[in-house]
Amino acid sequence: MIPRFARGVRLQEDKARGRWIVMAPERMFVPDETALEVLRLVDGARDVDAIVDALAARFDAPREEIAGDVRPMLEDLVEKGALTW
Amino acid sequence: MVNPPLALLAELTHRCPLRCPYCSNPVELARASAELSTAEWARVFAEAAALGCLQVHLSGGEPTARRDIVEITAAAHEAGLYTNLITAGVLLDGALMGRLAAAGLDHVQLSVQDAEEAGAERIGGLRGAQAKKAAAARLVRDAGLPLTLNAVVHRQNLHNLPALIDLALDWGAGRIEVAHVQYYGWALANRSALLPTRTQLDEATRVVEAARAAHRGRLVIDYVVPDYHAARPKACMGGWGSRFLAVSPAGRVLPCHAAESIAGMVFPSVREVSLHDAWYQGEAFGRFRGTEWMPAPCRGCAQAEKDWGGCRCQAFALTGDAAATDPACTLSPHHGMLAAAVAEAGGAGFVYRGA
Repeated sequence: MIPRFARGVRLQEDKARGRWIVMAPERMFVPDETALEVLRLVDGARDVDAIVDALAARFDAPREEIAGDVRPMLEDLVEKGALTW
Repeated sequence: MVNPPLALLAELTHRCPLRCPYCSNPVELARASAELSTAEWARVFAEAAALGCLQVHLSGGEPTARRDIVEITAAAHEAGLYTNLITAGVLLDGALMGRLAAAGLDHVQLSVQDAEEAGAERIGGLRGAQAKKAAAARLVRDAGLPLTLNAVVHRQNLHNLPALIDLALDWGAGRIEVAHVQYYGWALANRSALLPTRTQLDEATRVVEAARAAHRGRLVIDYVVPDYHAARPKACMGGWGSRFLAVSPAGRVLPCHAAESIAGMVFPSVREVSLHDAWYQGEAFGRFRGTEWMPAPCRGCAQAEKDWGGCRCQAFALTGDAAATDPACTLSPHHGMLAAAVAEAGGAGFVYRGA
C-alpha cells in the first residue's frame, strides 16, 4: 500500500512557531517527532515497506519494531482524512 | 504571554445573492465603495503570514461577488497562506473555478441551506440556487480540489439532516460541517423560527454519531452544537484574541466577525495600523483576552481557561454587557433567558434582509 496525502493536505513548515504541521481543510495536525519522520517519507511513491526500510536504515533500529509503530500511525492518519491509500 | 494568531478570516465583501435568515454578517452592511482594494488585501495577507497565520478563509458575503477574487486568491497563496474559499457557489462557473485553482486555491467550503430544493431556496431566498450549488460541487471536484459542505441546521431543516449527509457524499465532499445556528444579528431576529427543540437536537446528535461511524475514513463530520441547550458556553473563537482574527470588508481588524455588534467598541483599520500592532498592542484585542477581565462567576472558575467565559457578542446581545458571563452558562444569572427563548420558539416565518 502506498500512502499519500489526501486532497488539500500537505506537510508545511510553521516558521512562526518553529515546527512542522500537517495542513488540511480548515484543520491542522501537529505531528510529534516520530510522525514527522514518517510523514517526510510519504511521497506518493514509497509504499509502507519502503517507508519502514528507510526508517530502519536511518535509525539503525529493528525493522519489526519500526513497522509496529508506522502502521498504526498511518492508519490513524487515514482515519482522520489526512492520508489516503 | 500572547500567542500569534493561527488563522485569518478575510471578509471580502458583504454583498451576497442569498439572504439567509441566519446571516452572520452585521445588520448594517458595508457598502461596496468602502471595501478594501486588491492591493490592500494583498498587504493584509502578507502581514497575516508574517504574524504567524497559516490559513486564510476567504469569506463574505459572497467572496466570488468580487471581480478581483482570482487576484485576491493569488495574493493569499503567494503570501504562503493555506487558502480556503467559503462560498454559496451560485456565482461559480467552470472558467472561474479553473482560474481560482490556478491561482493556488487549496480548498472550497460550499454552503447548503437544506437537502430539498424547495426548502433550501426558501431559506436562502434565491430560486435556482440548489442546482447551481450541485454544479459548483462538481466544478470543485473536477478542479481536483477538496470540498467541504457547510450545512447550517435549525428548527426548519433538521428533519433533513440524514439527507444533508447523503448530499455531502453524493456531491463528493470529504467533509461536512453540521453547524447549528448561532444567535446574533439576523439569526437573533429570526430566533423563534430557527431554534430547535431539545428532541430535534438530541436526534441530530444521534444522526451525526451514527453517520460518523458509518462513513469513517470517507467523510469527516464536524458538529457545532447550539449553546441554547447547553450547560456550559462554547469557547468562542478559542478565546478572544487568542487564535483568530478577522478583517471586515471595510478593513476593520476584529477578534471575530461579529465583534462590531458590540456597541461602544472601536476596532482599528488596516488602513491605519498593521495587523501586528492591532493584535499585540490594540485595545480591542486586549479587552477580553485571557482571564484578567473576567467578573464573577467566571473569575476563579475552574472552566475559565476552557471556555474563556463564552461568547462576548452573545453576552452583549442578551444582557447589554459584553463583559458579562455568557448566558449559555448555567452559572450566569441570565441563563433563564435561554430556556425562555427555547420555550417560546416555534415561529414559522422568516424576517429577510431588505424585506
